[in-house]
Amino acid sequence: MFPTEHFLYLGALLFSSGLIVVIVKKNMIMVLLGIELMLNASNLNLVAFNQLHPGSVAGQMFALFVIIVAVCEAAVGLAIIIQVYRYYQTSVPDEVSELNG
Amino acid sequence: MIASYVFYLFEAVAAISAISLIFIRNVFYGALLLIICLLALAGIFVLAFAEFIAVTQILVYAGGILVVILFGIMLTTKISGKPLVVEHNNKFSATLTGVTFFALLIYALSKESFINTPSVASQENFNNLQLIGIGLMSDFVLPFEIAGVLLLIALVGASVVASSVKSKNT
Repeated sequence: MFPTEHFLYLGALLFSSGLIVVIVKKNMIMVLLGIELMLNASNLNLVAFNQLHPGSVAGQMFALFVIIVAVCEAAVGLAIIIQVYRYYQTSVPDEVSELNG
Repeated sequence: MIASYVFYLFEAVAAISAISLIFIRNVFYGALLLIICLLALAGIFVLAFAEFIAVTQILVYAGGILVVILFGIMLTTKISGKPLVVEHNNKFSATLTGVTFFALLIYALSKESFINTPSVASQENFNNLQLIGIGLMSDFVLPFEIAGVLLLIALVGASVVASSVKSKNT
């Protein structure tokens, strides 16, 4: 069994990278990739903490439901991205600014 | 101890591909890097005694989300022959946010110590697949059904949103 801290360090790194990707990229698909990375970092933490409780699979169940919700989010997000691209002819989130105050 | 070499190899692959996802400008290569990262995470899940999660990860991400994302890239690119290159903005604020958040997490983790060896029994003595199957049909049956309904709603909604046919009312 590997030390739990090493899972958590990797999870922290993945979450921070996903956060930077979400903020820095000027393309909606790249933003979606960053969100997937953050969801997987949380999954890694759930699996790592599940290791500390043998005989219980609650953490792995949570990870499973996180994967399901990630699939839903990716499908709906890509549908919205395609529809926005059809309407505005762009996939840069900053250019979709009709609701600017 | 070959398992620990494999574990740290997977961790290094996941970390390097996640970091290079920040710097890469081609969206297609970005999607491929994400898939490398997710497959390395699946390997880590196997080594953490979560085989079912690992197989689900490979099936769902490499088989499902990668294809959907590649179709998304294909459908949102102007046909011009040159690869889709992304500009970066908000570089300073993004670096500040990410590095600060990472340092905060590392600081919090270094303060904490976790019990690494469970005293009573180890994870190897249990059949995780069997436990997950029994759990999905007993303790977690309500979230399981709700997740199924959520998937159905999300996929129907996605195909309705993405379809180009106008409804009759508008």
